[in-house]
Formats: sequence, C-alpha cells, structure tokens
Amino acid sequence: MSKDMSYKGVMSRRNEIMKKAVGIDYDMFEGEGIAFDYERMMRETGYTLEEMMEIQGSTGVGNTPLLELKNITSLARKFAKKGKGARIFIKDEAANPSGSFKARRAANAVYHAKKHGYKGVIAATSGNYGAAVASQAAIHGLKCIIVQECYDSRGVGQPEIIEKARKCEALGAEVIQLTVGPELFYTFLRLLEETGYFNASLYTPFGIAGVETLGYELSREMRELIGRDPDVVVCTNAGGGNLTGTARGLMKAGAEATQIVGASVNLKGLHMASDQQFNKKSFTTGHTGFGIPFATWPDRSDVPRSAARPLRYMDRYVTVNQGEVFYMTEALAQLEGLERGPAGNTSLAAAFSLAQELDKDKVIIAQETEYTGAGKHIQPQLSFARKNGIEIKFGNPREEIPGESIILPQHPSLIKTVDIDLNKIKKSYIKNCLENNHIREVRDEDMEFLATDTKSDLAFVKKIINQLK
Amino acid sequence: MKAKRGDWVNIYNMVLTPEERAPQVPEDTKKVPLETWVKGFIKQDAEIGDEVAIETITGREVRGKLVEVNPSYSHSFGNTVPEVFKIGLQLREILFGGEDHE
Repeated sequence: MSKDMSYKGVMSRRNEIMKKAVGIDYDMFEGEGIAFDYERMMRETGYTLEEMMEIQGSTGVGNTPLLELKNITSLARKFAKKGKGARIFIKDEAANPSGSFKARRAANAVYHAKKHGYKGVIAATSGNYGAAVASQAAIHGLKCIIVQECYDSRGVGQPEIIEKARKCEALGAEVIQLTVGPELFYTFLRLLEETGYFNASLYTPFGIAGVETLGYELSREMRELIGRDPDVVVCTNAGGGNLTGTARGLMKAGAEATQIVGASVNLKGLHMASDQQFNKKSFTTGHTGFGIPFATWPDRSDVPRSAARPLRYMDRYVTVNQGEVFYMTEALAQLEGLERGPAGNTSLAAAFSLAQELDKDKVIIAQETEYTGAGKHIQPQLSFARKNGIEIKFGNPREEIPGESIILPQHPSLIKTVDIDLNKIKKSYIKNCLENNHIREVRDEDMEFLATDTKSDLAFVKKIINQLK
Repeated sequence: MKAKRGDWVNIYNMVLTPEERAPQVPEDTKKVPLETWVKGFIKQDAEIGDEVAIETITGREVRGKLVEVNPSYSHSFGNTVPEVFKIGLQLREILFGGEDHE
C-alpha cells in the first residue's frame, strides 16, 4: 500500500518520522502531566562539554575572539550618569567557519548524524543555521538539504534570506525555497521520509548543548582578562537556543552570578505567517515574532521536546527597535572597524543601553556577531524596506511602528532598551502548559518542574495557577 | 526560452492550494497557495512552462514546472540609503570631534 502523502496524512505520521530522523525516543523523558526530565534528556542524549570542545575544535568552530569595544564604551559613557558605563565586549562569532555562532549547534548535530550512520542532514531554517549545517556537512562528507521560507506570494524574497540560500549552495547544499507559511513543516517531513536523512533540528539536545561552549568560553576568557566572570551577558533571543546554551555553559564554568539578558528586535503587530507582512519586516530572526512565542511555548518547535528553554535561564528580557539595531551595526563598523551583519547586533544595541545602567567597573558582553554581505547588510536591508513602502527617517526610535517605519535614532543617547514583563511571559508559559496538556489538577512534580522551567519558585507557580483557575 | 538536457534550472511546484492551507494561517496567507522552488540539472530538453524532471545537487529526482534556465543570484547591496553615511559622521563627531557634546 502506498503511503498517504496528503498534508493530513504526512502530519499524522509526524512523531514516527521524527523519531527516525532524530534518533531520540522522547517518551523516555516524559512524565504523566506537564513535567519531563529536561536534565536527564540533556545528559543522556547530548555530549559533555569536553566532548563538544573536541568535536567543535576539530572543525575550526569556537574559540572566537572576545573583543573589547573601547570606542563604543566611551560613547556609552558620554550619556551615562557619573560613575556609570560598563565596559562593553563582543564575542566575534562571525569568525566561525560558517560566519555565525550557529556553527556550534551544527557541529554537534552533524557529528552526531555522521556517527549514527545517516547519509545526510536536513534542516528547516531561513537563518544562519542553514549555512552552519551545510558547512559541517561539507566537512563530514554528508549530503545536506536546507528548507527555507523565503518568498511572499508575489515571489519577492527577503534579501537576507536569499543571501543565506546562496551561502548554503556555495557550501554544497540543496536549498528548497517556499512561500510564507507554517506548512513548510509538511514539506520538511516529506523530505525526511523520502531521504531518511537526519533532522538537524535547532532544538535537539545536541544543537543546544553545542552553544554551551560559547558560554564556557565567555567565563574562561573573562577570568583570564579581568580575573572574574562577566557581570552581564546579553543574548539575541529568537527560538531560545542561543540563550539557553550560553547560560548553561556559563553555569558549567561556575559563573553563577552572571546575569543573563535576552534581547529581541521589537516587531510587535507583525504576524510571522502573514503573506502580506512577510516583507514588511527588516529582521528575519532575533525578533519578538519568534522570541515571545518560543518563550511562552518552547515545545512548538520541530521536535517533541525543545532543548531550548529560555525562561529557565533568563533574568531579564528587553527589546530594541529595528532602527536602533541598524544604527549600532553602523556604529560597530564606524567606531570599531568591524563590519558585521545587522541581526547579530541586536544584543549589541541592547548592551549599549544596558551598559549605561551599570557601574564603570562592570563588564557586559554582547555574545555574538554574524557575517555580512550582499543582501545581509544595513544598506540592502534598509533599501529593501524603503522599496516596500517603509518610512525610514531619523527621530525617536520609540516612535517606530514595525511594518510602517524604521526610525534611526536622531542621537545615540536615544538608544534605550524596553523591558518585557518577564512575569507576564512566565504566566503565559504556565497557562500554555496547562492548556496544551489538558491539565485540571496540577501535581507536585509539575509545580516543581514549572518553577524550574520559569526560573521562579513554588510560591510564584502556585499564585499563577490560582489566578488561572 | 529553451533548456537543454544537463542545464542548471529552477523548477516550481504548488505544495498546497489555497483550499488546502492549514487552519491556523492568517486570512491573507489562506488566499494564496503554498509554493516551492528547487534547482538542479534538467534531465531532458524542454521549454519554460514544461513539466520536467531534474536531478538536484543531492541527487534527488524532482519533477515540476520549468521556470528558469541558469538561475542566477541577483541580490546586491540595494539602492544606497544615504542616511547610513550620516550615522558614521555623527558618531565620529560625538566621540572624536573638537566640541564635547556632553
């Protein structure tokens, strides 16, 4: 009998296809209600820090330069109150083979695929992860397919994503491009079934643990440089893996006191699956359109249990606007001589503002940069926005309306992060846990799990559950 | 335009018609089909619009409508947005300029 290849037919085989394509039996870690054994999943299916350093090091991944941004620090101090203005550092992750920190995630995933005899790897991504998987597949001699959401219904593609497709192809991957819509997942499942390749998902324990080396390096390098751990690390937050992995790595290094801040580009009001709004945004990742849904429901990813659980590690969550990130991208080029891609500078824009709240002797790190090039650069991204009717002007960035305007700060002193109420996000996550698991009575194990998974405590979880009743 | 067997081409397929789209997609997206493109070496001589078979870079055979022969990259640095140049001037003036703006 031939298989049902319709949308419904393929989606109904989702779990079976995934199990084969990831090689993890997620049921092993499941409990009865909301809880699952996250740490056991990370321990039993991932790799140790030492193993990961070895795996990544053997393909030239990691140990990227940690650079002090002295001029940007001086600039921040001009606007800070007396005695304020922390030293700002940046981890130059663009120095990885594929041009972003995603190489760390891909290194583990592709190594794992090779070790377990898969002939190829597939990833669904419109981001830097595609090139990262393609690069690692090239090194390990595996075939590689990247599935991208790229065009609107007029066939107009985001320049940033088109560049990423080019890079994947340059590294030997087959790139499948689609129009806007979450049903990309259907095409993805069909390909997994057809090829039998490994699902190099961004959200497996291998992928997330791959970023732990980044957090570990931040602690080790700072200790060498200033004799202690960084005070604040800012992570650009989308799917949550960057923040989760970095925080875990810092903890493994013993950097318990380091504050972890998530930063996303504010794209409030734009629907990520909207055909008409697709090309109205100037950031295709690192934005709230992914950041908030993935924080409030991480298990929406392409594996049954996401290893990226940002609320578990996040101390503070801030947003910056598109215009502010573009401005800081230009500042990085013009004041520090580092021309890097805009999306990766989300954390830098946030760090520039947050540094002004901290004492001068403190240290804040923007933990990534990404490569830049045609399509993926301040000029083409702003040019594309202008072509799509977005107003671009200097002014107060707080007045920017995503999808309508990009407001470059009239003056760098106007760059200010806006805090997202983390308790609200945590509440929303708890609500989703109850609803999606059809829970009426919450067991003690679930309470404990929720407290850990939201970096809160039992009293907080109990209070929220009572409010939701 | 014609493609000769072995040419590098781009082919098109409709994955889902508007009626088949998932229930959770927004209204504007529901009005349009889900479409896909993939590139490879064409297996026969053909003309634009023909149903053809290609071999992709990973060796898969895929069928679809021929839409482009020798697809090329045309993304660029776009039309210059001159505002960008003002950012650098402003920053250097604030940081290194003679006048202290504090």
